[in-house]
Amino acid sequence: MPAWEEHEHDVVVIGAGGAGLRAAIEASAAGASVALVCKSLLGKAHTVMAEGGVAAALANVDERDNWMVHFADTMRGGQYLNNPRMAELHAKEAPERVRELEAWGALFDRTPDGRILQRNFGGHRYPRLAHVGDRTGLELIRTLQDHGIHQGLQVFMECTVVALLRDDGRVAGALGYDRERGRFHLWRAGALVLATGGIGRAYKITSNSWEYTGDGQALAYDAGAELMDMEFVQFHPTGMVWPPSVTGILVTEGVRGEGGVLRNKDGRRFMFDDIPEAYRAQTADSEEEGWRYTQGDKAARRPPELLTRDHVARCIMREVRAGRGSPHGGVFLDIAWIRERLPHAAEHIRRKLPSMYHQFRQLADIDITQQPMEVGPTTHYIMGGVRVDGDTQMSTLPGLFAAGECAAGLHGANRLGGNSLSDLLVFGQRAGRHAAAFAREHGRGAVDGDAAAAGMRCALEPFERGAGGENAYTVQSSLQETMQDLVGIVRREQELLRALELIGALRERAARVGVAGHREYNPGWHTALDLHNLLVVAEAVTRAALLRRESRGAHFREDAPGKVEALGKVNHVVRRGPDGAMAVAAVPLPPLRADLAEVIQEMR
Amino acid sequence: MPQATFRIWRGDAAGGELRDYPTEVSEGMVVLDAVHRIQAAQAPDLSVRWNCKAGKCGSCSAEVNGQPRLMCMTRLSELPLERPVTVEPLRAFPPLRDLVTDVSWNFAVKQTIRRFRPRAPDAPDGTWRMAQSDVDRVQEFRKCIECFLCQDVCHVLRDHRKFDGFAGPRFLVHVAALEMHPLDTEDRTEDLRRAHGIGFCNITKCCTRVCPENIAITDNAIIPLKERVADRFYDPLVLILRWLRGPRGPQT
Repeated sequence: MPAWEEHEHDVVVIGAGGAGLRAAIEASAAGASVALVCKSLLGKAHTVMAEGGVAAALANVDERDNWMVHFADTMRGGQYLNNPRMAELHAKEAPERVRELEAWGALFDRTPDGRILQRNFGGHRYPRLAHVGDRTGLELIRTLQDHGIHQGLQVFMECTVVALLRDDGRVAGALGYDRERGRFHLWRAGALVLATGGIGRAYKITSNSWEYTGDGQALAYDAGAELMDMEFVQFHPTGMVWPPSVTGILVTEGVRGEGGVLRNKDGRRFMFDDIPEAYRAQTADSEEEGWRYTQGDKAARRPPELLTRDHVARCIMREVRAGRGSPHGGVFLDIAWIRERLPHAAEHIRRKLPSMYHQFRQLADIDITQQPMEVGPTTHYIMGGVRVDGDTQMSTLPGLFAAGECAAGLHGANRLGGNSLSDLLVFGQRAGRHAAAFAREHGRGAVDGDAAAAGMRCALEPFERGAGGENAYTVQSSLQETMQDLVGIVRREQELLRALELIGALRERAARVGVAGHREYNPGWHTALDLHNLLVVAEAVTRAALLRRESRGAHFREDAPGKVEALGKVNHVVRRGPDGAMAVAAVPLPPLRADLAEVIQEMR
Repeated sequence: MPQATFRIWRGDAAGGELRDYPTEVSEGMVVLDAVHRIQAAQAPDLSVRWNCKAGKCGSCSAEVNGQPRLMCMTRLSELPLERPVTVEPLRAFPPLRDLVTDVSWNFAVKQTIRRFRPRAPDAPDGTWRMAQSDVDRVQEFRKCIECFLCQDVCHVLRDHRKFDGFAGPRFLVHVAALEMHPLDTEDRTEDLRRAHGIGFCNITKCCTRVCPENIAITDNAIIPLKERVADRFYDPLVLILRWLRGPRGPQT
C-alpha cells in the first residue's frame, strides 16, 4: 500500500483566499489542470476579514484619479522600498480586475449614476476603494469561489502542505496531509503557486486566524527560495482591545474613512499633534476640513486619522504609554460624534459599517452609533514574503510562484489599506497565468520519493513522543509572547538579540513536541506541525529587523529612530546559507525606470 | 476566577458521548474561547473548526445548549453558567470528529446551481449601471457567511433527511441572490421546482431565526422564489394559455 495518495496536475495552488482562487481561475482558463489545496473549507480564508475595500483607480468618484496617482501613492506609502514594476502593474491592472469581478456577479455599492462607488482610505489621495459596506472581502472571496467552482478546479479542502519537493533546480510537487483522516497526499505539478497569506499567528495580538502560520514563506525558504522585506510587519492601528478574548480583532479603517476620529482619554484628537513632513501638504489643518474631506469635499484635505497605518499605530502607542489611553489600554475611536453633523447618523452608521456595528454590539456590548470604541494596534499583515519576479511572480526557485500576502515587493515598507485586495487580484491573476505557461513549457519534473518519505516521517514524529512530549500549544504561545514583547511595533537591538536566543530555545522545545491520540482531525498534531513554519518566519522577521538599523515604514527602531539613506536603497533578502543557517543580506533595490521616477516626482 | 463546566460531545461517525470539562471563565469570553482553553490545557485532540473569530467566516457552527449558534459570537454572559453548557456538533450533518461535521454535501449542492450570467454591458467600456436601491435587496443575501446553521435547523433536512431532493435555505438564498441580481439573465425557476425542491419548504421560518447575519431568509428569499415558481407552473390563466398554445406557451 502506498504511503500517500498521488495526484497529478499542471498547476497546484496552495491557499484558497483571494490570491489562490484568482490564480487557480486564471491557470484553469489558460487550459491547465489545476488543484487548489486549502487549509480550511473553501470560502473561509482570511480574505473574508478584509473590510474596507479594494483599491483601484477607476476614477468613478473623483475623475482626477488614474494609475499614476495610485502608483505614486503606493510607492510613497511603501517608503520607496517597493518593487516599482509591481507597483506599476498593480496600479494599471487593478481597475480591470475589479470590473471583471462585477462581470462574475460581485455587487459593489453604487454611485448616484449607477457605477461602482469608491471610498477614502489612508494614504490614497482620492476616493479609490470599491467596497460593499464593510464586508468587501466576503464579497470578493464569494464571487471568486462561486465563479471558480464552475471552472473545473479540483479543490482539496482542509489539506495542509508540509513540504515542497524539488527536481534538481526546479519545484516538482508538494507533500501534505488531510485533516479529516490524517492521510498523506503527494501532488505532482508542473508549477506551484503559493498563496498562503500571512504570519499573524507568530504574535500574541493579531487579527489573523489560526491558519496564518507563515506556511508559504517557510515552504519556499525550506525549498531554497528567497524571502525579502521580512522586517516589515504591519500593525493595524485599530484592533479591539476589550473584552480580552476578542483582543486583536480588526476594526476597519473604513470607520475613519466615514468620519470616525481618534481621541485620548482627555478627549483630545491627538493625531493632529504629529503629522509627518512627507504628508503635511496633503493633510487637513483643522477638524472642520477633515470632516469635509470624509464627506466628499474635493477641495478639502484628509484628516490625520487617515495617515498611513504605521504612523497611526505609533501615535496610539505613544498616547497609551504616556498614560493618556482608554481604560483597557487603547484609545477611543469615535464615529458616534457624527450625529452632530448628520441627520439620521445612527442609521447612516449602521448602513455604512454594518459588520462593525454588529461586532461591537455582540462582542463588547457597545453601540457604536452612541458610544466610542476602544481600539489599539494589532498584528495584521506582512509586507515581506517570498521574493518574486515583478512580472511573472516566479520565486527564485523555478516553477515556484507566489502571490498575495505571502509574496513580497508591492508594498515595500508599509502597505496602504485597500491595496491588499487589489494585490491579490492583480498578482493572483499574473501568477496563475505564468504558472500555467511554465507548466506548459517545462512539463512535470520528477518527484524524489525518498524526500517525500522523509517529509512524511518527520511529520509523524510527534506521535512517537506521545503525550509525554512538550505541549504544542504551550510552545506556540511562548513564541507568540516572545514576538509580541521583543519584535513588535517598537524594536531595540538588545531585545531583538534576546528574541533570537529565545527562538533558538523554542526550536529545541518544538523538536520535543509530542502528540497524543491519532491522526484523524487532531488539532494538537496540526499545531505541532505549524510550529516549524512559525519559527522560520519569526527568525526571518527578527534577523531582518536586526539588520535594518533605522526606522522606516512599519519597522521602527527606538535605538535608531531616523532614516538611514543607504538603507533606503536596499531590500533585505533572507535565504538558507550553505551551512544550513539562516542568512540575511542587503541587495540593491530594483532599478526605477526614468518614466516612473518622473511620475513619482510629479506627484510629490 | 469563576468556573464553568462545558459538556462537549466527543466522538466520531461510530458514536460518541458528552464529556464534562470544568474550566475557568473570564469577562467577555465566548464559547469558542472556552473550547480553546479546554483544548490547550485538557484535551489537545479536541476537534473544532474555526477561523476568523469575529462572526465573518461561518466556520465554528455548533449547537450550544441545543441552539444552533456560531461559537465565536455566543458570549458566556448570555448563558446560565450554574449548569453545564452543552456543546454539540451540527446534528443535521454526519459527524466526523467531536465538533467537526461533514458539510461536503453543501458544497456539492452549490455546484448544481446555474452560475451567474450577466446581460451585455450597458456602457461601451464594458461596465454596467445599477441603482443602489436595486442592489440593496441582493446585498442582503450576499451577506451570507455559509455557516450552514439554517441548513442544520431546517426540518426538511434535519428530520426528514431530504438531502437528495431539497437544496436547503442556504442555497435558496443563493438562488435568490442570483435570480434577483439586476444583471443576471439565467432562468432557474424549473430547477427550483424540481432539483432544489422549493415546495418542501413550508415556511416555518426556523432558518430565519438562527441566521447570524439576520437575513430574512423566508420572507425575502424563499417566499418570492415560491411566488415565481407558482406564477410559472401553477397560475390557472397560464395553464389555460399553455394548453391552448401547446407546451411551450408564454412564460411570466
